[in-house]
Amino acid sequence: MSDFITKISPNNSVYEDNDPQDELITLNIGPTHPATHGVFQNVVQIDGERIVSGVSTIGYIHRAFEKIAEHRPFYQITPLTDRLNYCSAPINNMGWHMTVEKLLKIEIPKRVQYMRVIVMELARIADHIICNGILGVDTGAFSGFLYVMQEREFIYEIFEEICGARLTTNIGRIGGFERDFNDIAFAKIEEFLKRFPPVLSEFSELFDRNRIFIERTSGVAAVTPEEALDYSWSGPILRATGVDYDVRVQNPYCSYEEFDFDVPVGTKGDVYDRYLVRNAEMWQSLRIIEQALAKIEKEPKGVFHADVPEFYLPPKEQVYTNMEALIYHFKIVMGEVDTPKAEVYHAVEGANGELGFYLVHDGGRSPYRLHFRRPSFVNYQMFAPMSAGMLLSDAILNMSSLNVIAGELDA
Amino acid sequence: MDKLDNTYLWEKLAQKFTDQVSLLTDAHNLLTVDAKEACITAVLNFLKQDEELQFIHLTDITAVHFPLQKKAFEVVYHIHSLVNNIRIRVKVQLDGENPEIPTATTVWKGANWMERETYDFYGIQFLGHPDLRRILNVDDMEVFPMRKEYPLEDPNRVDKKDLYFGR
Repeated sequence: MSDFITKISPNNSVYEDNDPQDELITLNIGPTHPATHGVFQNVVQIDGERIVSGVSTIGYIHRAFEKIAEHRPFYQITPLTDRLNYCSAPINNMGWHMTVEKLLKIEIPKRVQYMRVIVMELARIADHIICNGILGVDTGAFSGFLYVMQEREFIYEIFEEICGARLTTNIGRIGGFERDFNDIAFAKIEEFLKRFPPVLSEFSELFDRNRIFIERTSGVAAVTPEEALDYSWSGPILRATGVDYDVRVQNPYCSYEEFDFDVPVGTKGDVYDRYLVRNAEMWQSLRIIEQALAKIEKEPKGVFHADVPEFYLPPKEQVYTNMEALIYHFKIVMGEVDTPKAEVYHAVEGANGELGFYLVHDGGRSPYRLHFRRPSFVNYQMFAPMSAGMLLSDAILNMSSLNVIAGELDA
Repeated sequence: MDKLDNTYLWEKLAQKFTDQVSLLTDAHNLLTVDAKEACITAVLNFLKQDEELQFIHLTDITAVHFPLQKKAFEVVYHIHSLVNNIRIRVKVQLDGENPEIPTATTVWKGANWMERETYDFYGIQFLGHPDLRRILNVDDMEVFPMRKEYPLEDPNRVDKKDLYFGR
């Protein structure tokens, strides 16, 4: 630790002549500071309330996912992906399964694609409301967070109805879903479409034109599009700078090209714009879910996976009674099915930006190499350089608006 | 002009760098090229700066280890031209004994942490990197954990041996 504090500034000061009045204070923000929203640390040098320089340290919850993935068959990697961005686990999960399907060249039925769109957009909403809610908490406004927390709980109830789990959902399978959405799930999704807009409107009314909120966030941590692209940003924080890059539009997956939705962009790239972009994206997600429900109506009922028995796990009741099913189950779980040698990169629009999976496969039981391109990891590296010259309280808001998820940061 | 395609992109690269780059594949519609270590900065700069190509978004940097090859390490760059909506994968083969490659932070600042992560996992030295320290593992760690020389599972297990599964 002492090593890199000296690295920031020898003698604990950025000034050449050590005038006692100019002495800087070293402050640790994190690893367990409530505002870091996860386990990561920033050692900053402050002059009064102004940050002079800082160094970010991550890796406190590094769990070696990439190493573990090299020793597991495809299905057993699913739980790892759930734990990347745990605020929107289904997006990671679906992204991983889509990568495998790309490798195996499996065609997914339209109905399954729409079902995936619904799940992913619900997850995006769940992630965005927490991010914006917490941003409110960090400016001192707690009630907005309470309103949206209820809605996140409702989204989790939908997930529970679909797959039995709430947070780390394990919702997908290679080729589709483990089971179909039941009637209650569909009813709940429709109920969500009705109950969420008023809450989101109320949430917006609390903040959008709130003078305190605007003064705390507007103009704070403003980033130009050039800087954002130079630092490889993606997702809402890139779009807040005015760059309309969205993976769903640029490289559509799951039939996103059939959906009619806008990509909200900001103008100044500051904390306030990031808040507005996330809010606007939630409205777009609602639009997408509505369209997906209408499209599902037109597709044949009961189709919830592709017809790929060599990769799709057979139903459990058959595994207990049918020899063929038992053999398939064993072969799939043990990774004993033939897979091609290939190299695949697949990206989805995660809640924080481009979530990519780079899979090098040598035809063996598990990936030869699996690399996760985590948006939080890439986005967060700009935090320390951009904090220099910023007020401490502004840096906290900046951190909230980047929506750094520790699981995704460290992997 | 029409949308850039892989053929045109490859021709343009080949014309500029002749024998310094070679075409590997364009499977899954992603052009993959191999570049010589000495010219990697020039290739990345060209991809980014060329007015027509505009590969302005560095998506990812990572590495793969092939312990049985002489050039045991492969550094992999995924780059995206947002303007033309086309991606490219550039690979560089590195020596297994002393893997070194010029840093890409001179082209994109965003390469900083990606290269630190690659160094942390594989021990690849990115020459000219402003702050090449470990990022996810502890500073005093002495090994590079993603190298294939560290098997995770008990090598005495027989239930996963290829031999017993007819492979």
